[in-house]
Amino acid sequence: MRKLKVLIVDDSSVMRKIIERSLRQAGLDLTEVLEASNGAEGLAAVQTGLDMIFSDINMPVMDGLEFLKNLASVDAAKGVPVVMITTEGSEARVVEALSAGAKGYLRKPFTPEQVKERVAPLLGV
Amino acid sequence: MTPMTKQSPRAGVAFDPAWRSLLECAAIEVFQMMAGAQLSLEANPPAEPGGEVTAMVGLAGALCGMVTLRCSRPASATFASKMLGGDAASNPSMARDAMGELCNMVAGNFKAKISSLADYCMLSVPTVIFGEDYAFTPMHPHDEITLCLNFDGEPIWVMLVAHS
Repeated sequence: MRKLKVLIVDDSSVMRKIIERSLRQAGLDLTEVLEASNGAEGLAAVQTGLDMIFSDINMPVMDGLEFLKNLASVDAAKGVPVVMITTEGSEARVVEALSAGAKGYLRKPFTPEQVKERVAPLLGV
Repeated sequence: MTPMTKQSPRAGVAFDPAWRSLLECAAIEVFQMMAGAQLSLEANPPAEPGGEVTAMVGLAGALCGMVTLRCSRPASATFASKMLGGDAASNPSMARDAMGELCNMVAGNFKAKISSLADYCMLSVPTVIFGEDYAFTPMHPHDEITLCLNFDGEPIWVMLVAHS
């Protein structure tokens, strides 16, 4: 299986760990996991070679939607699929994220199987 | 997590006693999916909620109030371990944060099941309290739902307080 480098942006360190754990439980081979606790830190953490970015929507300093919009002007993020993760049941925010360029979303709670279902097609694995 | 800042205001949604089954379902789903823990409704709950760890998430918007999750320290450590891996059980801050996240997800999953709340009710960042010697007293008229769930013989309390 392809080795993957991902960025996880979430203001909860526990949730970052849960997302990483779920990706591994889903069978993805993560070689490097970069973390950021808000959108601004996420923009600074973007580097070449990323295979996927996961971002919470609701975060302090810079939320996930703002992060997504700013990401469009970051060369290293070009073509990197972004999956939004949210606790909200809000359709409107999901639609807004998809319109702003997100390739998919996961709503908490989620199982590793659901993570795989959403993520694998985007990674081609 | 969700700061209470974003959605446009909407008329308040009236409390509905039928939310009890939705809250139960929301909590059971969260524990099952995120912690691999099978909870069920406790047939003979203690008279009063107890447990040294209480997580709280505020609700604002179409529904104002709070969702709380309460259990013993060992139970919270078990959930942390199931969510984050073995060593989380011996790390109090991870157990604390895991409880906060569980409460956040129960509140989010609950409101997602009610179409009139999903887009119009915001969640606060979770707060976690340690200790049992406190009284919980909402300052406004309110309705509440208190559920006692069972996890391996341990009571797990889930409460919704909705301001009228």
